[in-house]
Amino acid sequence: MSAVEERFGPYGGRYVPETLISALDELTAAWAEAREDPAFRERLALLHRDFVGRPTPLYRAERLSERVGKTVYLKREDLAHTGAHKINNAVGQVLLAQRMGKPRIIAETGAGQHGVATATACALLGLECVVYMGSEDIRRQKPNVERMGLLGAEVVPVEAGARTLKEAVSAAIRDWVANVATTHYVIGSAVGPAPFPALVRDLQTVIGEEAREQALAAEGELPGRVIACVGGGSNSIGIFTPFVEDAAVELIGVEAAGEGLDSDRHGASLGKGTTGVLHGSLSSIIADEEGQILEAHSVSAGLDYPGVGPEHAWLRDTGRASYVSVTDAQALDAFKLLCRLEGIIPALESSHAIAWLLENGGGDGYDVICLSGRGDKDLAEVLSL
Amino acid sequence: MTGPELIAAAFDAAREEGRAALMPYMMAGYPDRETSSAVAAAYAESADLVELGIPFSDPLADGPTIHAAATAALEAGASMDTAIEICEEIAERLPVVFMVYANMVLAHGGAEEFARRALDAGACGAIVPDLPLEEAEPVRAAFDAAGLALVPLVAPTTPAERRARICAAARGFVYVVSTVGTTGERDELPAELAELVAATKAEAEVPVAVGFGIGTPRQAAQVGEIADGAIIGSRLVRAAEEADAAEAVGSFLRETRDALVSG
Repeated sequence: MSAVEERFGPYGGRYVPETLISALDELTAAWAEAREDPAFRERLALLHRDFVGRPTPLYRAERLSERVGKTVYLKREDLAHTGAHKINNAVGQVLLAQRMGKPRIIAETGAGQHGVATATACALLGLECVVYMGSEDIRRQKPNVERMGLLGAEVVPVEAGARTLKEAVSAAIRDWVANVATTHYVIGSAVGPAPFPALVRDLQTVIGEEAREQALAAEGELPGRVIACVGGGSNSIGIFTPFVEDAAVELIGVEAAGEGLDSDRHGASLGKGTTGVLHGSLSSIIADEEGQILEAHSVSAGLDYPGVGPEHAWLRDTGRASYVSVTDAQALDAFKLLCRLEGIIPALESSHAIAWLLENGGGDGYDVICLSGRGDKDLAEVLSL
Repeated sequence: MTGPELIAAAFDAAREEGRAALMPYMMAGYPDRETSSAVAAAYAESADLVELGIPFSDPLADGPTIHAAATAALEAGASMDTAIEICEEIAERLPVVFMVYANMVLAHGGAEEFARRALDAGACGAIVPDLPLEEAEPVRAAFDAAGLALVPLVAPTTPAERRARICAAARGFVYVVSTVGTTGERDELPAELAELVAATKAEAEVPVAVGFGIGTPRQAAQVGEIADGAIIGSRLVRAAEEADAAEAVGSFLRETRDALVSG
């Protein structure tokens, strides 16, 4: 069995209360075993195919291609069940929790996509589900709160701090500390203490495996660039991973510049961050010089997080991937443009990747963009601006 | 004397009086800077050591009471400097051990710089609740070099073999977490606590103190029967909110100290 990575260069690790260490050891061992167990893999593959609707298409976006002056493919994670890539991770982790004999699932959610995905997986497999969500996000994302309720999950409002994603993660970790014997924490992105960054990456790598195969089949050669948005970084690490060894393929992560990188309202943990510990791992985070974690900002709730997965920090330092950013305004323009050009309403998160492409077209070869989710959840937000 | 020596002396002095050491917790700068100083002065009257919390934005090991106190302290303008000042006020009379989250130790110059500032302020060491054994080595090396104690934690979920390794690397004392969960008062201490403390004492060469969930003098006395020290946090953070905070924390500590003596 190959080891589940705990570090990515200097990043990662397990900066959590001692109470959780034995549960993290148990999870690491369970994942090392499950990911190589043919029965587990087959069960997950069947659920991917018949429940999630995989493989998702790699769609050649003709009018967008014409607009940017090169061929562009969209990896359509928006067409996965529940409307985003989050379901890949949720189904995998809940299946793992069931295998580990944990009857209770907790999760955090920002925009609600990961909460809905986890509630869906729990309904599918018959596990109890509790989702922590900041009360400000509950207000902004009413339809997803209602979906989680219909799916049988309990949504617990979190009133601390700015009442958004960062506080929801903290509340979920505190619940886990108190209920660790019976509970598995389905973290929603490639963040958190080891083994979560590797576990979530492994479960999201299906995006990149499919995209690489589909791209080769369509074009007969690898893409010049693979582009994805980065909040915590799960869709991006999922699509990047199978291309990491393909040295000629550029990997580009697009962070939220919010109201501008020079303002204090952005979510560019990699571009403007500092090395530090947030939610159990050492990575690049947005913090002040004393080490207090600062609030992030982005028009898209999924990128509104002051940390990022540790593997991205390492890909940045080694130069294998580059990380750029676009503002709220650029993302909103791209959102509207893709609706008109392609008949696809993208998530505001994914719109960041589109926005960067719009300003950086041309060059050799063709591009693959991860369209991580659909934008129905964002309509109220976009129409109110 | 070095930090670990000062801590050892404080536990020894309590033991010579036939009781466990009393180690109250306070949040620096809570509810405000001035009251915080008054609370510190009251602690100096009755405590053997003080655990001084440095307010942090995202305290994962803390329950609602201390989390809210950290948020309020930061909103009231508290910072690392506040904690350093309060430490200076207490350190002449009692050993001070910081309770500080890993990001504040690693930020801003790293563990060496944190150790230098803590030492200048007269602190004896620090408890870093999100720095488990595997991550602690560089910080422990910096603390050792400065003569500060990096106090480790043992939890009810810690396997025996790991507990032995934690005890072997302990400096100052071992902090036994009484219950599975975050900080905060509990109605009852778990029945398995005595066994956990006894096992830890058998493995550690330094004293063993118990914290999390101790909210009454009676519970402190129960802990005093089995451990070398009792740590009281959330109950005293609540007392610091009362109109006469110094009197509220002072009378609770006197009562608790009496309970430890007669325990």
